[in-house]
Amino acid sequence: MSMKCSNRQVDGVTIVDCSGRITLGEGSVILRDTVRELLSKGQKKILLNLADVNYIDSSGIGELVSAFTTVRNQGGELKLLNLTKKVHDLLQITKLYTVFDVKDEEAAAVKAFS
Amino acid sequence: MTDHRVSYTLDSTLETVDSAEEAASRIAAESGFDEDEVMQISMAVREAAVNAVLHGNAYDPGKKVSVDFERTGHDLVITIRDQGKGLDLSKIPDPLAPENLLKTSGRGIFLIRSFMDEVHIHPSQTGTEIKLVKHVHGQTAGGKEASQ
Repeated sequence: MSMKCSNRQVDGVTIVDCSGRITLGEGSVILRDTVRELLSKGQKKILLNLADVNYIDSSGIGELVSAFTTVRNQGGELKLLNLTKKVHDLLQITKLYTVFDVKDEEAAAVKAFS
Repeated sequence: MTDHRVSYTLDSTLETVDSAEEAASRIAAESGFDEDEVMQISMAVREAAVNAVLHGNAYDPGKKVSVDFERTGHDLVITIRDQGKGLDLSKIPDPLAPENLLKTSGRGIFLIRSFMDEVHIHPSQTGTEIKLVKHVHGQTAGGKEASQ
C-alpha cells in the first residue's frame, strides 16, 4: 500500500492524516514534501496522525526525525498521534519514543500545542 | 520446518528491496513463524537489502544483489550479498547514543540486530555478505549477535 497524506486544520493546528507505508522511496518523499509544503505556508503546528501507517522502515524513521528537527528549527512544533503497535515498538527500541511528543487522543493533542 | 533452499539474484534497484521483503515475508510465514516474527524477519531482510542496493552496490546496474533463504530443521537462514566495496563496520554509529538520536540515518544494522537471533556480517573487497538467522520457536541462541 503506497503512502498517502491529507491535511486538515483544527484550532490552528495542521493535522496530517497519513496512511500506508513510510519506507525508503516514495513514502519517505511524500512525508518530506508534505512537511516542507506546510512550513512554506507558515503552518508550523503539525500533528502527524499515524493511525493508518502500518509499516515504517529505518528510512521512514529517519524521515520522521528529519521532519521533527526541520519543524523545530523553524520555530514550530511537530507531534505524533495514534501510533500503531508496530510503529510504537520501533520508536521504543530506537529510543525515539521519548524524543517525539506522542499523543493518543486528537483533541488533547491539539490543545497541547503552545 | 523442512529443509529447503531458495535463491534470488536481483538488480540494484528499490524494486529489489520490495521483492526481497515480500519473499522474506512469504517464506517466514510458510516456515511457521508467527505474525510478529514474520514482520521482524521481513523488516530485517528489507534493511539488509537496502544496505546492499544503496551502500553496497550504490544502484550500479552492473552489480547484483543475491538473496538466499535456507530452511533447516531449526532455523531460517537468510544470506544477502552485494558486490560493493565492503561495509566498514568501524563506521557504523551507535544509533542509541545521545549524540546520534536525532540523526536521520544509521539505524538499519541496529534494527537487523534487534530483530534476528544471529547476525553475521562479512565485509570483503568484493562485497559484503550478511547472514541472518532466526530460530524456530523456543530455540534461542546463546548469544544475541555474532558479528564478524
